Amino acid sequence: MTMVRISDDALALACGADAVAVAFAAAGCTVERVSSWGMHWLEPLVEIEGTGFGPAAPEDVAAILSGTSSKAIGPIADHPFLQGQQRLTFARAGRTRPLSLEDYAATGGWASLTRAREMAPTEVVAEVLQSGLRGRGGAGFPAGIKWQTVARASGQRKYVVCNADEGDSGTFADRMLMEGDPFQLIEGMAIAAHAVGAGRGYIYVRSEYPHAIDKLRRAIALAAEHIAPFALEVRVGAGAYVCGEETSLLNSIEGKRGEVRAKPPLPALEGLFGCPTVVNNVLTLAAVPHILAPGGASLYDSLGVDRSKGTMPVQLAGNIRFGGLYETAFGISLDALVNQIGGGTASGRPVKAVQVGGPLGAYIPPSQFHLPFDYEAYAGAEALIGHGGIVVFDDSADMGALARFAFQFCAAESCGKCTPCRIGSTRGVELIDRIRGGGKGQADAVEALPQMHNARKAGRSRDEDLQLLEDLCETMQLGSLCALGGFTPYPVRSALKYWPEDFGA
Amino acid sequence: MSKPSLSAILADFAVEQASLLPVLHEVQAAFGCVDAAAEAAIAHYLNLSRAEVHGVVSFYHDFTVRPDPRPRIELCRAEACQARGVEALVAAAEAAAGNKVRVRTVYCLGLCSSGPAARVGDRLHARLDEARLTALVKSL
Repeated sequence: MTMVRISDDALALACGADAVAVAFAAAGCTVERVSSWGMHWLEPLVEIEGTGFGPAAPEDVAAILSGTSSKAIGPIADHPFLQGQQRLTFARAGRTRPLSLEDYAATGGWASLTRAREMAPTEVVAEVLQSGLRGRGGAGFPAGIKWQTVARASGQRKYVVCNADEGDSGTFADRMLMEGDPFQLIEGMAIAAHAVGAGRGYIYVRSEYPHAIDKLRRAIALAAEHIAPFALEVRVGAGAYVCGEETSLLNSIEGKRGEVRAKPPLPALEGLFGCPTVVNNVLTLAAVPHILAPGGASLYDSLGVDRSKGTMPVQLAGNIRFGGLYETAFGISLDALVNQIGGGTASGRPVKAVQVGGPLGAYIPPSQFHLPFDYEAYAGAEALIGHGGIVVFDDSADMGALARFAFQFCAAESCGKCTPCRIGSTRGVELIDRIRGGGKGQADAVEALPQMHNARKAGRSRDEDLQLLEDLCETMQLGSLCALGGFTPYPVRSALKYWPEDFGA
Repeated sequence: MSKPSLSAILADFAVEQASLLPVLHEVQAAFGCVDAAAEAAIAHYLNLSRAEVHGVVSFYHDFTVRPDPRPRIELCRAEACQARGVEALVAAAEAAAGNKVRVRTVYCLGLCSSGPAARVGDRLHARLDEARLTALVKSL
């Protein structure tokens, strides 16, 4: 009987993987549902004895089984898209059944947790520090320092919280990991709990990820005895982007409005329910089992560039020909990611811009594609790596409209706690509309009232409007409580800097 | 299938504020909304004020005060789907929906390499074009 392996990742399902699986079963094959290799343009990808076929539809089944299918791509593991990668966090992608404890143990699962539990908590923290692992959620804060702070904090109860509120457009690595290798995340959290002395953990998943929620819940039930006495619970978000910010995420778990808290106090000292709390992204925690393998910390530290150590699961998205998950050591250029690996745009038109780091990331023009993927290099170029999502736009993109969208998105998702974000975002939409609409020739009805003696009676020139926009960006960047208001100026300023013609110049 | 009663839903949860979001998800799923009466009952059960419960209900996009019996499709209109042309499909989707289907905008379903993407219940759809999207809307 032929064994056929097909992914049950949400993206494969959205592309019709279930129908393909049913068709193979009807043809007498045994179908095994595995995680996704991350080659999204080939989904649903069918694997028979190591050879791949994709994107497959139910009508391709006969040709695939008779060996005449034009959709054959040869041995999957040798595919150039995979050959160039260095997969640590996604080492099991495509190779194991997500909820099989047997597959997990056979691929080295639980070994790091066993090893960590034989070590003193301070030694575990020391290895994470040595690895140079930085938070993968966007801020890039050294994970070891955060753990050390929590470990040293006094408190009867401590928590480990996994931030799985992956709301950035262009990112899906958290989702793929939770759906494809949930035990690895659970193991990483159990190691963190041992290192800091936490007894309980939460995984906060956005409600837009129903498949990840279901997989995690089943995985936690299966893994309960492996991680005991550490206990884990999945908490489901409710459609608020801002809950990806760690303090509003904590409020949300506590059953409150997802409003941002002022820092200090740091969550590491006063986090969930006021107790010392580790809050790390999915990819940060999932990297931990590799670091705690013998020699893992040195290996991690040897990869990457400068202070960006280890590997980053880069997500190639938007208008890109070969989209998917590309895990590689830090330091790779955008040109390599977008043009060589990604194959340029899906539409075949020239690349106009890429947005790196989600809705709050800068738009980067092809002239900057030499930038190495590195936290500091991006910060120096007024951009951010964020969660590692890369969204490609072709030359039909209207950068003025995208800058407006950045403000509009901020207005829709602002928690409302701080003024620069709550009001600045709405004023930003209006201002961009005015700039694109050719400016305002004269004072409006309110400004013209005699009691408005501080208001201008004449209109504003384009330069004055642009200066006002710059002032607004500065106020939001420096005055907002969290990254939502604070980083919205990145896409706006970069769009205006590189594509002023899209603002009606 | 009879709807579960509110008190039966509440009985499954511990009496603490941290139960509020899970409770609201259950109530929203069972009744299609969290109305004023439900807010009051939840507040009473969890020993919270009605204002606290209402504050949470009104904060999150997933909770609604009134039920909408129409079938719902959630269309992603975030940057990655915009880059793949979702904006050009919106008018056609809304025309196909008319007043029979609710087309709700969401920001990101995590299918960013293969958009435009949409969600109906727990079923996801990717690589949508105008024909497939309008057919999907009409099938609801």
